Amino acid sequence: MKRMRQYDAIVIGAGHNGLCNAAYLAKAGLDVLVLERNPHIGGASVSRELYPGWTYSNCSYVCSLLRPEISRDLELAKHGLQVVPYHGGVTFTRDGDYFGNYPDAERLYREMARHSLRDANAYERFEADVTKQTRLIRQFLLATPPDPTSVKPKDLKGLIELASAFTGMGEEGLLDSVRFWTMSIGDFLDEYFESDVIKAHLSGSGVIGTALGVYSPGTAYVLLHHYMGEVDGNVGAWGFARGGMGAVANALANSLRACGGEIICDADVHRVIVERGRAAGVALADGTEYRAKLVVSNLDPKRTFLKCFDASDLPAAVVEQARNFKIRGSSGKLNIALDGLPTFNGLSPGSPLMLTDMHCTDSLERMERAYDDWKAGTWSKDPYVDMLIPTTVDPTMAPPGKHMMTVFVQYCPPTLADGPWTPEARDAFGQTVIDQLAEHSPNFKDLILDCEVRTPHELEDEVGLTEGNIFHGELTFDQLLFNRPFPGCAQYRGPLRGFYLCGSGTHPGGGVMAAPGANAAREILADLKRPDLTPPSYPND
Amino acid sequence: MTPHDDRMLLDTPFGSRVQAACELREWEPWKGYASPIAYEDMELEYFAVRNATGVFDLTPMTKYRIGGPDAAAFLNRLMTRDVGKIRPGRVGYAVWCNDAGMVLDDGTLFHLSRGDYRLCAQERCLDWLLTSALGLDLTIVDETAEVAALAVQGPTSCAALRAMGLEGLEALRPFGLRHYPFDGGELMVSRTGFTGDLGYEVWVAPAHAEALWDALFAAGRNHLIRPMGNAALELARIEAGFIQAGVDFVPAEQVVRHGRARSPFELGLDWLVDFDKGHFTGRGALLRERAEGSRFRFLRLDVEGNKPASESFILNKRGETVGHATSAAWCPSAKRNVALASLEMPWGRPEDELYAEIYTSRELRWTRVEARCRIIDGPIWDPPRRRQTPAPNF
Amino acid sequence: MTDAAYDALVVGAGHNGLTCAAYLARSGRKVLVLEAGERPGGLAATREFADGFRVSAAAHLLNMLSPEVAKDLALERQGLAYAARNLKTVVLPGDGRQLAIDGDRLEGASASDQAAFTVFQRQMQRFAKVLNRFCMRPFPRLTERRGRDNWLLAKLAWDVRTLGKANMRELLRIGAINIHDVAEEKFDSPLLKAALGMDAVLGSHMGPRSPNTVYAYLHRHLNDGGQGPALVRGGMGALGDAFAAAAEAAGATIRYGARISSIDLTDCRTAGVTLADGSAIAAPVVASNADLKSTFRLVGPLNLDAGFVRRVHNFRARGVTAKLHLALDGLPEFPGLDPADAGSRLLAATTMDGIEGAFNHAKYGECSPLPVMEISIPSVHDASLAPPGKHVLSAVAQYAPYALKAGWQAGREPFMRSCLERLEAIAPGIGEQVTAAELLTPPDLEAEFGLRGGHWHHGEIALDQALFTRPIPGANHYATPVPGLYLCGASAHPGGGLLGLAGRNAAKTILAGEAAS
Repeated sequence: MKRMRQYDAIVIGAGHNGLCNAAYLAKAGLDVLVLERNPHIGGASVSRELYPGWTYSNCSYVCSLLRPEISRDLELAKHGLQVVPYHGGVTFTRDGDYFGNYPDAERLYREMARHSLRDANAYERFEADVTKQTRLIRQFLLATPPDPTSVKPKDLKGLIELASAFTGMGEEGLLDSVRFWTMSIGDFLDEYFESDVIKAHLSGSGVIGTALGVYSPGTAYVLLHHYMGEVDGNVGAWGFARGGMGAVANALANSLRACGGEIICDADVHRVIVERGRAAGVALADGTEYRAKLVVSNLDPKRTFLKCFDASDLPAAVVEQARNFKIRGSSGKLNIALDGLPTFNGLSPGSPLMLTDMHCTDSLERMERAYDDWKAGTWSKDPYVDMLIPTTVDPTMAPPGKHMMTVFVQYCPPTLADGPWTPEARDAFGQTVIDQLAEHSPNFKDLILDCEVRTPHELEDEVGLTEGNIFHGELTFDQLLFNRPFPGCAQYRGPLRGFYLCGSGTHPGGGVMAAPGANAAREILADLKRPDLTPPSYPND
Repeated sequence: MTPHDDRMLLDTPFGSRVQAACELREWEPWKGYASPIAYEDMELEYFAVRNATGVFDLTPMTKYRIGGPDAAAFLNRLMTRDVGKIRPGRVGYAVWCNDAGMVLDDGTLFHLSRGDYRLCAQERCLDWLLTSALGLDLTIVDETAEVAALAVQGPTSCAALRAMGLEGLEALRPFGLRHYPFDGGELMVSRTGFTGDLGYEVWVAPAHAEALWDALFAAGRNHLIRPMGNAALELARIEAGFIQAGVDFVPAEQVVRHGRARSPFELGLDWLVDFDKGHFTGRGALLRERAEGSRFRFLRLDVEGNKPASESFILNKRGETVGHATSAAWCPSAKRNVALASLEMPWGRPEDELYAEIYTSRELRWTRVEARCRIIDGPIWDPPRRRQTPAPNF
Repeated sequence: MTDAAYDALVVGAGHNGLTCAAYLARSGRKVLVLEAGERPGGLAATREFADGFRVSAAAHLLNMLSPEVAKDLALERQGLAYAARNLKTVVLPGDGRQLAIDGDRLEGASASDQAAFTVFQRQMQRFAKVLNRFCMRPFPRLTERRGRDNWLLAKLAWDVRTLGKANMRELLRIGAINIHDVAEEKFDSPLLKAALGMDAVLGSHMGPRSPNTVYAYLHRHLNDGGQGPALVRGGMGALGDAFAAAAEAAGATIRYGARISSIDLTDCRTAGVTLADGSAIAAPVVASNADLKSTFRLVGPLNLDAGFVRRVHNFRARGVTAKLHLALDGLPEFPGLDPADAGSRLLAATTMDGIEGAFNHAKYGECSPLPVMEISIPSVHDASLAPPGKHVLSAVAQYAPYALKAGWQAGREPFMRSCLERLEAIAPGIGEQVTAAELLTPPDLEAEFGLRGGHWHHGEIALDQALFTRPIPGANHYATPVPGLYLCGASAHPGGGLLGLAGRNAAKTILAGEAAS
């Protein structure tokens, strides 16, 4: 057994939240070590050259949720992060037409009116109503959730703040918020729109990354989770990280190193060392031990508590909670190297829609049926895809004139009803997706040079996401705010002293946000009685 | 399936003429249409309205045709005023509110013939109209693109239109409307406008739009007619003391922040609210407001000096912020420095000393003045010709 | 109050309307209940669907009735009698296996499931008790608090706190999620999980995987004290009769055959109602036991704010529940089931996934080809319901969506067949015993009982339409935007089920409103 020197803090996993957390701890003067199982950092925020000349953002693929306060505070721009925004989206329909969600409001109005004049006119109300909810949630992203069962002044203050954010919306506004937070995205959209394709287009954000269907209550909140980010102050906007999503992790790592932090790759943490009831370090699979006064896990709660601990070191209730934690993989991913720009039915190659999210599901029924397949333990035979061609904006990810396409696919189960994933099943899944895209793009198949197909199995195996869940756990009410990951562990402190959680399995959840990492750092620094270095939220004007 | 429309901006049916006349090539988008800020010289255009005739292309205004058995009842429930008093052949100004009694928009309602209406408004409101139509038997057609319109405003406007062949137009009373044959089709003329002056609005099918423009400008040449852009109209409407959606208030259904909407009382539109006509949307809330008091007061202020109080805070004697100006301009005809302002209650009482905090830059040196404001009671600009019937033939 | 002949009118003699009338009358108000039909009870009805065969038309088992209401109205003195109480629930998958739930005792389950179930039942009962506090009175306003609202809110918060840290955390965790996940966490037996799943989805447009079904489960067990349901002697119509007798005993008048064509306003205030025959009845207060959409249709959109009408329009009331009635010439045999248990509450379901699979079809406007059912053969306990030696079977069958894509003209027979096939699977030979059959679809319920959308609970009991948001903002405190008009039926909090609390809370609100004005 190799004993290494003592650190102040060890962070398990060099995902964006782990790196962010470590950066703040290092900034506060702590001697910090980040251990990463893979030979590369980034976790699910990663750029990889898996086909010569092509860079894939092979997990997360676009950027919006990254908290601007953190990005600025850790000088991520100086450390190499550049985010180029895009706006809008398009949904291709089976009749060869499409619905274009144009960035220009009037163009969008005319396009919506082409499908339904009523819907074009309802959109303003929809936007205003969603924005109200976005404003509500955004003020709590960089805050530790209060414990509703506690009577500590800090928790009571937090609860009052939470309650007054709701009551500040007025009686009717409050009721509407409660309705929104508990509704399905399908029912919510039905209150505004009549056009199938418009509803389908807008519903996608309600289910991406989630093992729920568009008619499952609670999915309106998931929509919010995709609307609460921003690029340069434009709330709800998404952007491409130049060089792929690895640019986010690399910038965080550079910032961490600039503060004196250390990262070791190929270091697979096997076990958290517990001594006298507190975390004392970690042991790697190869037996190497690193000692530290505190240990922070960027891994998801299941992996953290069920794989990195001796069950005897944890309270039985926590093991039970971890077992019951819902972390269902629901999505897969195709990363495709293309010999040229594909054309899509009816869309001119110069259309601004080519720069945006593209989808092929044109009705809520098709959305919901895709989910039924998942429930039955198979990948959707008519999947919902969120597809982008980053190389229409980012010149660094493929050779000139060539393109890279990222295809997020829903739904794809963590295991199949008839057994575990096999390479054959994986390829069949990939083929299902390719066939669907080819329906809308006549030259697509001919342009494919390379295609990486990832099911939840690969996401778990390669990235370490349990069941391949991109959010480190479902975004349902039992696992949000003071329930995330589970009651009693929702303030980033683990069930034993010196152990903390900083991953997407904690509030405010998944997406490349870095907020869990910063929030965890705030609590750690408080426990160490050190000044809080994490940035406050920008005011909610 | 309707074909895709890849244009970024649309031209109105007057587009060819507007483009030819728009020497400055200064455009701004208005509901997806290219709309000139000024054609040649904003000052000339403004004085055309006050001194001769200015012509404004108002085609992008949203227009809805409302008819069917329940149309009158629908409108009366929609609007805060008694729509039954707007007789066929007449036009009425109206506002409409949401359930909370907050103003969604204002506009003009044309009672074209018994039970057949056209609603003309700044903002799109089809969503609210359809909501208000739930359970009722009526038809609502968005005819924004089917009706082209010019505002012909100013002292010589009647003369110019008569010279175009609209005989007997001088007998048309304010808020009246008339139909004339034109170019093988029909013109509708209403004595309405957004300038507070003698003026008309002329409505025509798009196919006759260019012919209308040509005939009007040919006939108006001797009456010193000239096209006007948004900037001149904006000045004229402030001088007239008219409010505008999105500027002086936020349409209630677009409001995101609780409490930012305004009721008719809070916009100085008490005279448009009729509690005796039966139920209308917002009635309960407005009755409560009347009993419990409003949160804001809307005032027209005359600001000392000649620096427009644009975007100014309004302060009280102690220098505390008690409101802000929503629109402001030096008004050349009224010779007043007008600000339309929203003040928190109870401020704005006759005895209150109010000041506008005005920032001005002269060669990059900023100065801040606190200019005394006086509440304007009564009209700002109200020439007799605005109401005279028969209209004067200048 | 004014000089009108009545102080208050109640629209509809459903159990909530009668409850409301009884409480108002007890307080000395002159109350007239107007019922379109010829009998009291609304959905609590007994119908003779074949010669000599009588059955509860809609709800057929009683487990939610508020003990406070039963006591205040002295329902047992007014004739309410039970043919059986604390019925066992038996899950019959149709393959000879079975699982029975008798209170908190399981038959046919493992020891670990039994242990877990005891804990679960105890916890759910504690939650139900707290929830019941939220249901026993009008919900306080949250931002525009007035009067006792602050005090009530504090009291409710205290009630939740008294659960203790662990229970409170568990309630906050599972309160908004689905029964599927909770059952998967706790139990092994697929049949037990199916039983819990059925409890959570009966009457609702939801499957066991739909978030909100834990709430629906709690709602169902609001008042049963962990006991099984009861069977009313004479069918549910007898319960309706008891409510009517109670209302009359309290001094209310009930007029049958009085269909209301409009709720009338004078100066934008409630003034009374007009009946279909054109006669008008004046009263300053009208309490409507009709569902939300029907109520405001009677008021008319022109008398309401447009945004409110939109909310009424958007209220989800899509019924998915059908009722199957069979006249049998003998007691059917259920393989594996002790014949003595034939009068139990029988559930035709196999697994939660099976229920979910049945629900999938409803989402797309299709009937379930493999429906799930809650079955009762009340004639086992109550001989008055069928001729001697014969039996009557009553089944709540799901899913049968109100807006069937194919239309109910074409869909009725196939769904009836699917139900009979399912029954045949759990009781082979039952088809031979059927002498008459009737299927009441959601459109039938709409036509029969005036329920728009044919939804048993007058509208989905999902969290966005429950508690303080029920039915819709603006009408969520029994009072409506129309002064003098109140909701007193299942559209109002706490919603559907034979509870009586909506009627009771509405009456309290009306009396408090009088006191305030």
